[in-house]
Amino acid sequence: MTIEGRDLSIGYPERLVGSGLNVRLEQGEVLALLGPNGGGKTTLLKTLLGLIPPRGGEARLMDKPLDALSARERAQLIGYVPQVHQGTFAFTVESVVLMGRTAHGSLFAAPSARDREISHAALERFGIAELAQRAYTEISGGERQLVLLARALAQEPRFIVLDEPTASLDFGNQGKVMREIRALAQAGLGVLFTTHDPNHAMRAATRAFLLRDGACLAEGPVAEVLNAATLEQLYRAPVQIMRERDRIAFLPG
Amino acid sequence: MPRSTLPGAMIALAVLAAGFAVAFLVGRFPISIADIASVLWSKVSGAPSGVPASAESVILQVRGPRVIAAFLVGAALAIAGTAFQGLFRNPLVSPDILGASSGAALGAVIGIYFSLGVFSIQLFAFVGGLIAVAAVYMIGTAIRTRDPVLVLVLAGVVIGSLLGAGVGLMKYLADPYNQLPAMTFWLLGSLAAANVSDLVPLFGPVLAGSLVLLALRHRMNVMSLPEEEARALGVPTARLRIAIVAAATLVTSASVAAAGIIGWVGLVVPHLARSLVGPDFARLVPVSAILGGGFLLFIDTLARTMAPVEVPLGILTAVVGTPFFIWLLASVSKTWS
Repeated sequence: MTIEGRDLSIGYPERLVGSGLNVRLEQGEVLALLGPNGGGKTTLLKTLLGLIPPRGGEARLMDKPLDALSARERAQLIGYVPQVHQGTFAFTVESVVLMGRTAHGSLFAAPSARDREISHAALERFGIAELAQRAYTEISGGERQLVLLARALAQEPRFIVLDEPTASLDFGNQGKVMREIRALAQAGLGVLFTTHDPNHAMRAATRAFLLRDGACLAEGPVAEVLNAATLEQLYRAPVQIMRERDRIAFLPG
Repeated sequence: MPRSTLPGAMIALAVLAAGFAVAFLVGRFPISIADIASVLWSKVSGAPSGVPASAESVILQVRGPRVIAAFLVGAALAIAGTAFQGLFRNPLVSPDILGASSGAALGAVIGIYFSLGVFSIQLFAFVGGLIAVAAVYMIGTAIRTRDPVLVLVLAGVVIGSLLGAGVGLMKYLADPYNQLPAMTFWLLGSLAAANVSDLVPLFGPVLAGSLVLLALRHRMNVMSLPEEEARALGVPTARLRIAIVAAATLVTSASVAAAGIIGWVGLVVPHLARSLVGPDFARLVPVSAILGGGFLLFIDTLARTMAPVEVPLGILTAVVGTPFFIWLLASVSKTWS
């Protein structure tokens, strides 16, 4: 099972953001989407989620065009973790995670006992079950990110798509989210995430997709794609490399 | 903070029961609970009630219809306000955000200007509310942006002010001795004229709309998330939004047509309900309806008993609502951040 973009043009009615993009995500692998601000990462993500229609080419999920599936069918296959937000109403963490079960119930149904079990298991999975009755608006940014991850997991999807999962997290929580991403792929899910940090891609992803000005600069296994040359080209900024045995880290400047 | 919802729901029910009791018992004509019980029992059993005919007529013809109308209007405005606050992801939204009240006001004022009967004025008001919201909705969906909800609110504000200008024009043109006081009175809201025949056109739309909103309450949590997030969770947001707007507009237009413009209920009551049972719409929607009915029963009893003349409801709800809302902001603003 795959998410696939073929010769994809992305953008909005008033503005084309990118074109000629070929993306492929299999179950069990982690694809990192890297690129400078305004390069089209989020637009590509939303096109692959079916939230905005492609401006050209085709976005496919399980060999069907994405727009042939209903919002409900898509949500049963792809979980979306948006950038952490504040939230308007002070829903409990449990209510937020239960929202992940929406696509599995009818339009009028109350959450079932099974929905509650699955939601609770998702909270346990990320070690935040004790937050269940806390208000989502009162917990920390790192905890919110984990709650949104738990919500995506409660969807019981085949793929999880994350928009800058580490953007608002402290150093420790960044590591935790990266570990969870790897664990999700080991459990058989396909994971796609955007990030500003090539080190996160290096550690958590199997493949990387470098996007600049709406065009693909390079795509492939992280070890092949991520190096000083490609990153300098991607960000138009100098990049330093630190090596220790077979491990590698990138520093800006 | 977590809270057990049972006490909150019990408080709401107690407020409603007290509201019913006060609305029936308080007034110039003394009525006892026993009188009400015997009259109601005689209606069920068919046997004579033994209550003086004058008391029976006060219960059945005067206070009864007014009590039911107050409950229905209060519940309708509160349930519509709750739904709209979720849909527009904003706790400061009230049921007239999409122009239902301004449309109804223009319809009613036109009806009064042409000296139509009470029923026609109500019909004009009802249809005016529906047309206004339909126009706002069409404008909102015709303009394609990434945030359909924001465009909808802005269209509502703009159309609302245009309709307000229309109301101003009709008041300016109206006969100042006869029509203008009638318009002013209507615009301030009152249940003084509520009688048995008013209940039927009020009851139908309020019941239909409320049932739809109650049925959809489990999806309102998700609908209160950002548009794209809600769709990614599998909700057909566009269709659900139409259903919620249509149902809320139906109940709002019907209550405004029956009682004139009564502000504040649809804004304040959802907050009060949220402080009782938390923000989860599955519980909030029914508790709001119960509390809104109880709230307006108290306000309406106050309106007809506090002064020798009827005090317009719109004025009372504003006078009671403003300090109350400020207190609410200061004390329980944690329930929405």
